[in-house]
Amino acid sequence: MLQSKDLVGLIETSREEIVEILDTAANMKKLLKQGIKKLPHLQGKTVTILFYENSTRTRTSFELAAKYLGATTINISADSSSVKKGETLIDTGKTLDAMQNDFIVMRHPMAGAPHFLSRHVKAGVVNGGDGMNEHPTQALLDMCTMREHFGHIEGLKVAILGDIKHSRVAKSNLVGLRKLGAEVRMYAPETLIPKEIDKMGAKLCSSREEAVEGADVVMGLRIQLERQQAGAFPSLNEYAEFYGVNERILSLAAKNSVVMHPGPVNRGVELTSSVIDGSNSLIDDQVLSGVAVRMAILFLLTQRANKIG
Amino acid sequence: MPVLMDKDRIARTLTRLSKEIGESNGGFENVVLLGIKRGGEVVAERLQHLIFREEGVLLPAAGIDIGLHRDDLVSAFFVPQAVVNKIPFSVEGKTVVLCDDILYTGRTVRAAIETIFKELGRPSKIQLLELVDRGGRELPIRADFVGKNVPSSSREYVKVNFTELGAEEDSLTIEKK
Repeated sequence: MLQSKDLVGLIETSREEIVEILDTAANMKKLLKQGIKKLPHLQGKTVTILFYENSTRTRTSFELAAKYLGATTINISADSSSVKKGETLIDTGKTLDAMQNDFIVMRHPMAGAPHFLSRHVKAGVVNGGDGMNEHPTQALLDMCTMREHFGHIEGLKVAILGDIKHSRVAKSNLVGLRKLGAEVRMYAPETLIPKEIDKMGAKLCSSREEAVEGADVVMGLRIQLERQQAGAFPSLNEYAEFYGVNERILSLAAKNSVVMHPGPVNRGVELTSSVIDGSNSLIDDQVLSGVAVRMAILFLLTQRANKIG
Repeated sequence: MPVLMDKDRIARTLTRLSKEIGESNGGFENVVLLGIKRGGEVVAERLQHLIFREEGVLLPAAGIDIGLHRDDLVSAFFVPQAVVNKIPFSVEGKTVVLCDDILYTGRTVRAAIETIFKELGRPSKIQLLELVDRGGRELPIRADFVGKNVPSSSREYVKVNFTELGAEEDSLTIEKK
């Protein structure tokens, strides 16, 4: 059983809890693959999706996960809500509590916002991405995809390439994969990699060849165009040429390696189109894992709430 | 472990049940067999075989998975390991003989009836056939065809063992829990 009413980050989640989520997600995925999209476990529960940042896939994925489990869902965007009138996060949360809301799925530009909110509301808080801190459900869906493909996480060599510095996906993956015993290699232009990330267990590489050689998983991260304007790298073409993953680089990876990307992809920048659409790309499978993992989290948090009462 | 029926008794009982299906329905026209996985599926297949051998009629038969319609999904809170039922024939307007190995609380049968209507279609009639009725009903359900009545308590474990499911020999056993 999960220890907390919330899932705010993988830093706060134990190895055992991660395994429990992945086990449950694997079962959910089996059902989804058969087209079973109707389970009764969240009937009578309300899930509010509270996003202070733009999103398509995470928002849709959470909403479908909640609906497939029978929950009532509400969507609140910061720019069309009382947040615009200056309502504080806690007051928004308490208002939702008063409406008997059960879960808040939250995305916020400030690191730690979900952690803060979770301490002030009765509802369970699930982090859908907080600033440059964590995106735990994305890392869990990546791990779900790897585990299904390889049968295990332990011992896998995972190469993460792209904008690591600004990436909450990279951080959550690093934390989660290390807890499950994988090796995590990272490579990016020096301007896009946090200096002390090796202290969190990452293996910093000095070239993309070194990162990819013998890797089981090659994961690209999105390069944000605004980072170029900020001077982190000269141009997108130059990034693609010297830091991107193409077929030549990919050929250095392990024989049965797979390619992953959290999306949205800049085609031809972090990954070439032939890599994205190649036979060992699991990018579409990641999307299905996303719904399964979010169903698993809502399922397990509800199970906990039912037991504790 | 006390054996209540050996393989010969089970074979004779299934033969009798196959004849009762025909008697009750004035033959086998429009009759299809659905067995609740996995024990009931074996019962349905055995009956299909017997009816073909004795009467020369090959009835449609299939196993169904009732996992998605169990009534304890929420109370026991688990993810069902179930498959969507796709059977190679229609139940629409048919007489479905729903087969299972043991009738106990009746909850499995309730879920099976729901499975048929929600996933397969609308039969004109559903009849219930059970190799064993051990009593202990919690729902208003009774079988149309019963192989053997075995009044038993909740502290006893009644089990039908079929060779198809890994047993060395067919048997019906009972033991104290």
